[in-house]
Amino acid sequence: MPQHSFKLNGETVTVEAPDDLRLLWVLRDIIGITGPKYGCGLDVCKACTSHINCKAFNPCSVPVGEFTPTDEITTIEGLADRSTGALHPMQQAWLDLDVAQCGYCQPGQIMAAIAKVRQAKAAGREIGDDDLDEIRNICRCGTYVRIREAIKTAAAKM
Amino acid sequence: MADDSSPRPGTPGRRRFLGYVLAAPTLLVAAQLGVDAADPKSAEASIPSPPEPADLMDLGDALTLAALPTSNLISIRIDSDGTASFAMPRAEVGQGISTAIAMLIAEELDLPLDRVKVTLADARPELVFNQFTGGSNTIRSMYRPVRTAAAIARARLLSAAADRWQVPVSELTARDGVITSRTGRTATYGSLAEEAASARTTAVSARLKERSAFSLVGTPQNRLDARAIVTGAKKFALDLDVCPGAKPAMVRRPPTINGTVDSVANLAAVRAMPGVTDVAVISTGVAVRGETFGQCVDGVRALEVTWHGGSVDGESDDTVLRKLKAATPPLAVPPLPGASLDAEFVFAFASNSALETNNAIADVKPDRAEIWSSLKSPIDAQQMIAGRLGLPQSAVTVHVTEGGGSFGRKLFFDAALEAAEISQKMGKPVKLMWHRTDDFRHGRAHPMCFSRIRATYALGNVVSYEQRHASVATDFSHGLGEALTATAAKLPVGDLGFSETVFELTQSVPYNFGVTTQVLNEVPLKFHTGSMRDVYSPNVVCARELVVDRLAAKMHKDPVAFRRSFLKEDRYRAVLDKVAELGDWGRKMPAGTAQGVAVHTEFKGCTAVLVEIDCRPETTGRKIPDAVTGPRVTKVVMVVDVGLPVNPRGLEAQMIGCVSDGIGLALTESLHISGGLPLEGSWDDFFYTRQWNTPTDVQIVIMPPTTGEPGGAGELGVAGSFAAVACAYARATGTVPASFPINHGTLSFVPLPREPSIPQSPTDGLDHAF
Ligand code: FES
Ligand code: FES
Repeated sequence: MPQHSFKLNGETVTVEAPDDLRLLWVLRDIIGITGPKYGCGLDVCKACTSHINCKAFNPCSVPVGEFTPTDEITTIEGLADRSTGALHPMQQAWLDLDVAQCGYCQPGQIMAAIAKVRQAKAAGREIGDDDLDEIRNICRCGTYVRIREAIKTAAAKM
Repeated sequence: MADDSSPRPGTPGRRRFLGYVLAAPTLLVAAQLGVDAADPKSAEASIPSPPEPADLMDLGDALTLAALPTSNLISIRIDSDGTASFAMPRAEVGQGISTAIAMLIAEELDLPLDRVKVTLADARPELVFNQFTGGSNTIRSMYRPVRTAAAIARARLLSAAADRWQVPVSELTARDGVITSRTGRTATYGSLAEEAASARTTAVSARLKERSAFSLVGTPQNRLDARAIVTGAKKFALDLDVCPGAKPAMVRRPPTINGTVDSVANLAAVRAMPGVTDVAVISTGVAVRGETFGQCVDGVRALEVTWHGGSVDGESDDTVLRKLKAATPPLAVPPLPGASLDAEFVFAFASNSALETNNAIADVKPDRAEIWSSLKSPIDAQQMIAGRLGLPQSAVTVHVTEGGGSFGRKLFFDAALEAAEISQKMGKPVKLMWHRTDDFRHGRAHPMCFSRIRATYALGNVVSYEQRHASVATDFSHGLGEALTATAAKLPVGDLGFSETVFELTQSVPYNFGVTTQVLNEVPLKFHTGSMRDVYSPNVVCARELVVDRLAAKMHKDPVAFRRSFLKEDRYRAVLDKVAELGDWGRKMPAGTAQGVAVHTEFKGCTAVLVEIDCRPETTGRKIPDAVTGPRVTKVVMVVDVGLPVNPRGLEAQMIGCVSDGIGLALTESLHISGGLPLEGSWDDFFYTRQWNTPTDVQIVIMPPTTGEPGGAGELGVAGSFAAVACAYARATGTVPASFPINHGTLSFVPLPREPSIPQSPTDGLDHAF
């Protein structure tokens, strides 16, 4: 069985798994990281959104064989400050505005939101409604309105 | 021991409620579930309509009544760490009831909110109808019992402190989990928990806090699990590591609903695939168990299965609609030329799929079974699973886990039943997960409906209002039916079937429209149906409010003024007035955009919703890949009166969710049935509201307490939102839609193949990183 190494939430991990196994199942079923959720396995619902080298991606749609030892993968579990435990401003905004309902989509929403803010900032603008309209993450509880507010609030602190 | 002699705010002569101190080593208090039935209301204006059944007693009352004769105890435990624990016999699926119930306990106990622990109780068969989460009934049915138990606990703790210090209880005060004497001595609840315990079970009574003394109930509080959610720590069933050896399992499903396996050509080959441990033919398809879900997907797709037909192979949208039209009950009042208005509306099938797909963990041994799943009717699940496995009910333990959304879906336990069957057949524990595509195609759906309305009017009054609703049968075989049967004799609806009973108990017209009748008929087609958030109301109310707008136009009245003059109650007028004021009703808007307004009353509460919609070509023509855009709701103002809001912030969250649901139902969200199967197989096919269809301006206004009793809230906002969007669309475009959602006539996606039943995951995810 092939071995795969990458950095996961700051630690180097090595796992044995077939090359084509999607990373989501490596995380959830082999390593036991359950923050990224399954909502489709089709790169559509975005419930599994995590970060690779600071960009948002969907581990349900990437074979584990594609990662290299220098790739840094961050899941929702690795978002808070690793030394102090302080929450990321996006997580804090989610708390302040009490965004979550069932919470199933929210790890993915938070990871996508951070990337979206970074993307806007890199393009030299504040995040606006047009950017928010591009976020594809499903929230079947329909928390979209609070998500928009929370992202705008957090963006000011990022 | 004294039970309530401690000084507390309120008036003398308040009603006392009965509860128990249970024999236990630490303080354990209990009360029975149940609340009073509602007072009949009277009609006031215009041509009075006699009260409909839902005015006298609604579904929540009926469920509560069902609970009374058999209800058993719910209990709260005080531990030496100073916390109060309550195993709630209800499902938390995001609606925030854990937080609201914790608030009620904290309020009555005078304990900080973060010291109250609410967990989800395992199936408790002795509770019979009392462990059913539906009909927005949780807070209504728990409001008194949990407070009674908490008040008894508080009284016992005060008495224990009085005994310890040999002072009268009247010299003690309780605050924030600490009891203080007049001389300044203090004792925490935790330190008193054992002294306050009882060696035998005794009945005691307690007075509850007056509403005017509430300091926590009615204030906005955040969800207690919010931090666990944003850090990824909250565990749903498939995140749990509770069952050693439980490995992933998935199912290959038939190409039509309820199809069954004829034969499998390559069982042995699939069993030998990497990572696959077991393959078994089951009643719903072929199950594959493996080391990872990814390998299960591979196994499921590799199976070569021949299928028997299903239960609705010949049915498609148009055949179902024909049957519904034929089954629509006749109208009684003849049409009056120039003085009557007829209208017809079609509502497509809609999936109640949550973001968390159906799933369950099952460990079936020869003599017992253990199940973990998010279940709203766990006792029913336990019974059915025991029956399926051939075990006594007592040998099946059912654990209720946190749920990732429900919307009616988790009233059923399709995955729990299936997981039990798979585990039994394989002789091994499994973690069953439904694929997203299956969750849309083989999961439960709100059935297609057809509504015909006739209203007659004369001399400025509406003289009659008849609504005839035909629906594909809604499956209520999950405990609700039994609860209603048990109560049938007490219900004001005569001898009706389950569905008709639910319809009668939920549907009431809030307007004085003279002779008013609303009748349901069902077509018994074997689709996988179930309740979806607020069951019949979204469709029934959307149709009605569109007709109300047309009546207003016929009678040359403004839609708000017209509604105002016919509404039955001041409460209803109050929410309408408020929404019109805050939403600036009647403001001038550009062509192609418009406002719409709607009123909905249910669950002892009411809402008025005002929306603004943009149907101009530059908006409807927005291009977003793999999405439907269409008209955009730009603004929503909703005013809601639930009688007594327990947690306004949680209530606001529910209403925001209801707005998202209403927008989707009106504009984008449906299943297309073709050849016995929904074509939708992904969230890019089933167009639930997304960010690009979310209004940028949403205002939820919660009315201060009116009735003083908490009404149901989880579903209350869907119907009004849906109806207001529909009315706004009709006003913006000048065309009243006859079919919902408005885009249903166009198939805006390429359906996934039927075989194999689930698609493979993409591999190009990194190309889309941003
Ligand atoms: S599970 Fe990864 S996008 Fe849906
Ligand atoms: S909070 Fe439930 S799906 Fe988003």
